[in-house]
Amino acid sequence: MKYLDEFRNAEVAKSLVDRIHAIPLTNEVKFMEVCGSHTMAISRSGIRRMLPNQVKLLSGPGCPVCVTAQEDIDIMLAFARVENVIVTTFGDMMRVPGTIGSLQVEKSNGADVRVVYSTLDALDIARANPEKRVVFLGVGFETTVPTIARSIEVAHDEDILNYSVFLRGKTIPIPMEVLASDPEIGLHGFLCPAHVSTIIGTKAYAGLVEKYHLPCVAAGFEPLDILQGVLMLLRQVSEGRAENENEYSRVATENGNPAALALMDSLFEPVDALWRGIGMIPATGLSIRSEFAQWDAEWIFAEEIKGIVEDLQIQQGSSTWQAMHKACQCGEVLKGKIIPPQCPLFAKACTPQNPVGPCMVSSEGSCAAYYRFER
Amino acid sequence: MCLAIPMQVKSLEGKNAVVEVEGVERDADVSFLEPLMVGDYVIVHAGFAIQKLDEVEALKTLELFKELELA
Repeated sequence: MKYLDEFRNAEVAKSLVDRIHAIPLTNEVKFMEVCGSHTMAISRSGIRRMLPNQVKLLSGPGCPVCVTAQEDIDIMLAFARVENVIVTTFGDMMRVPGTIGSLQVEKSNGADVRVVYSTLDALDIARANPEKRVVFLGVGFETTVPTIARSIEVAHDEDILNYSVFLRGKTIPIPMEVLASDPEIGLHGFLCPAHVSTIIGTKAYAGLVEKYHLPCVAAGFEPLDILQGVLMLLRQVSEGRAENENEYSRVATENGNPAALALMDSLFEPVDALWRGIGMIPATGLSIRSEFAQWDAEWIFAEEIKGIVEDLQIQQGSSTWQAMHKACQCGEVLKGKIIPPQCPLFAKACTPQNPVGPCMVSSEGSCAAYYRFER
Repeated sequence: MCLAIPMQVKSLEGKNAVVEVEGVERDADVSFLEPLMVGDYVIVHAGFAIQKLDEVEALKTLELFKELELA
């Protein structure tokens, strides 16, 4: 595949690894990536094992499904129980456990839940089923959020009124600052996400560099991109620099994608958001502006959802579920405070076949990545 | 979830394009990226072209890697 295979060359990878090992390090250095696609690529390619022992690559809150709060997952399950509703979702969400069950369970109980590849597929379902109400579960970071906004824009332009979005989109730079300022984690730099940077522009990390004196390097998802990104970070650390660099210059630019950002801004506004493991972070979530409330599932279904969510919460799950839920360390994993094998449930009570927390469910979750490739 | 791959634009019609990789074609919304030309490489995520791939920058990075290999 053009512009992919070239970035997977084993010989070049070896040279990059040699260069990384040639950099003199006295202390442990911790870098964090905040993108599930980086998490998966690092685990799959075995990069962690190729690096010097002092270099630690941690995964942060980069998997959108994983950071979605339990309360929000319960609301998603409630939509599946509303009469005449078709729930549409990206596949990763299907098996995430709510307080009771999951979308997969709702589907097997007869709910109409459909996995889509694109928000435009969800719109097609709405067009094809005018008598039904189609709800899209809008989870994602800045890469995905513009595609959600575009579906609402199309629905607006074409007057499609049986389509709506339950929006739990999130933005990543402020949580990065929260983690940068946590002395318990003690980060030395960020490997910044490839495609979030493509949308928001690498300038979004300027504050991290200036305020926290942390090196930032935006890097692509191919093995050579990641190795080169780590090399650039290590060079900054060893030379005492903190700069905002871009390894992924073939796609990500300083200013990102202005058209996508403008659309996001015209339809959505920042709101406080609940992050699993981190808690409430002001202005890191997005909600649909009131002018577009006709496509806001939270507003349209407010009354119908309320009762169902209350019922779900009264049920509280079984005692086994509660005990497991308490022991699950997803929150600590998402902050980079522990790595998955340090969780007492990892690969024992919690496996991809029987996941307890979302980090084991999502194909991009840290626990799933460690389970598959680094056990 | 943010995975996206480079695909080549085969045809364009308004805000839609047919894009191709390894002989597989699919539709992509290109409303974030006008103007595009047939032959351009775009990064496709969940049915949307989110950025044009800058071939000059790609070659520069590859050139850098090539020097590494020879070093």
